Amino acid sequence: MNELIAGVLDGRARAIARLLTLVENSESAAETAVTALYPHTGQAHIIGITGPPGSGKSTLVNEIAKRLRQQGQRVGILAIDPSSPFTGGALLGDRVRMRDLAGDSGVFIRSMASRGSLGGLAQATWAAIKVLDAAGFAKILVETVGAGQAEVDIARAAHTTLVVEAPGMGDDVQAFKAGILEIADILVVNKADRPGSERVVRSLELMLHLGPMGGTRHHGRILTATIPAANGTSSGWQIPVLPATASEGRGTAELVTQIQQHLAHLQMSGEWQEREQERCRHELRQLLQMRLLARLDTAVSQNEQDALVTAVAAREIDPYTAVRQLLNHFPANHEVSGKSASTT
Amino acid sequence: MEIKPRILIAKPGLDGHDRGAKVVARALRDAGMEVIYTGLRQTPEMIVESALQEDADAIGLSILSGAHLPLVARIMELLTENEMDDVPVFLGGIIPPDDIPTLQGMGVAGIFGPGASTQEIVHFINDTLAAAQGDRAV
Repeated sequence: MNELIAGVLDGRARAIARLLTLVENSESAAETAVTALYPHTGQAHIIGITGPPGSGKSTLVNEIAKRLRQQGQRVGILAIDPSSPFTGGALLGDRVRMRDLAGDSGVFIRSMASRGSLGGLAQATWAAIKVLDAAGFAKILVETVGAGQAEVDIARAAHTTLVVEAPGMGDDVQAFKAGILEIADILVVNKADRPGSERVVRSLELMLHLGPMGGTRHHGRILTATIPAANGTSSGWQIPVLPATASEGRGTAELVTQIQQHLAHLQMSGEWQEREQERCRHELRQLLQMRLLARLDTAVSQNEQDALVTAVAAREIDPYTAVRQLLNHFPANHEVSGKSASTT
Repeated sequence: MEIKPRILIAKPGLDGHDRGAKVVARALRDAGMEVIYTGLRQTPEMIVESALQEDADAIGLSILSGAHLPLVARIMELLTENEMDDVPVFLGGIIPPDDIPTLQGMGVAGIFGPGASTQEIVHFINDTLAAAQGDRAV
């Protein structure tokens, strides 16, 4: 493990690849790795790319990475695809669209299976980001599972979130729904060469209150509205809506410019620190949740848990009562002391 | 967390017939493996780079172009250069029986021609990986 960590800090591809596998497969390996690497992280600009399946996320990642490489930045890519809920297997196909990046030692691409996580990322994605960060990749592109409306974890993991839409996926009411569109720092309408793309751009702009008059027009009156940024702070960042045709590389130069501008905005407005704070808070709570559940599993046998599930299913007890019974296995925190332990 | 075998499936060379590769990829997925599918027209360099970055436990190649001897030779050479000789390579496609001993001599662990069942391939991978794990544990 120490050898691998030294290799990662040196930026050696084999060591990075091996450590990513360990971090993915074992929580205790992730703990050891992150503990050792953490002082070397915090340098990378983490960019999330999300959107529905088939909207062109992988192709866009390929183009963004090419442009960033022209600027001389080392690029790490984590591409997440879904695991089968039935067999646990996965077909990870994002590399198919990233063949332009082959042979460039300044790019490292890793495919990840979601392994049962539902938020668009894999559980190990957070640790994997740290491995790439410590390995010295200035930009880390995280491509989520094809996301519908509510897979918003990426906004918590990334500094800059791109939401990719494409024409032909619903009317403009979709643009007003809560969820994934709200997490965008940059909205991309990909496949802009297809019919209907201007309408998607317009609906999104309307949704953002970025109409040509700077507000929403209704019966001839301009209604201005202030919209809170995705994380609840009013940041002053104007979310751009960018048409692009990633398969031909069109619109991607402007996209990369906007990504860099968003980074500059984060740094100058002080929002970088706020987002880091939110990132860390979310990660801590996730880890805590995981560990507390693990602790429950050691305190209460599987049989006992199964018996409760059966009782709930048979309508003998309700789910709230069942949870209360499970929580009884944990002493309330102020009672945790040597005394209570000695009575058992 | 459960450990899943990671298998890279690639098509080196210039033939454009990827149905076999897709059928195998799908079968391995259904057998609970994580399959990294890289698509058509891969060079040996691209395949070995992908296998390295993905930390693949095994590499499956589909070749129907007839160029299997030079392609496989180059891939095995690159694997050695990258200290990845321990990653088993298996092969599918149109492989004349006369070439099989040569390919085996290069270190190819398994060869599956037309008519091989996907079950056979799944078993082969599971057995090969289990044996490799045993070796490492010793």
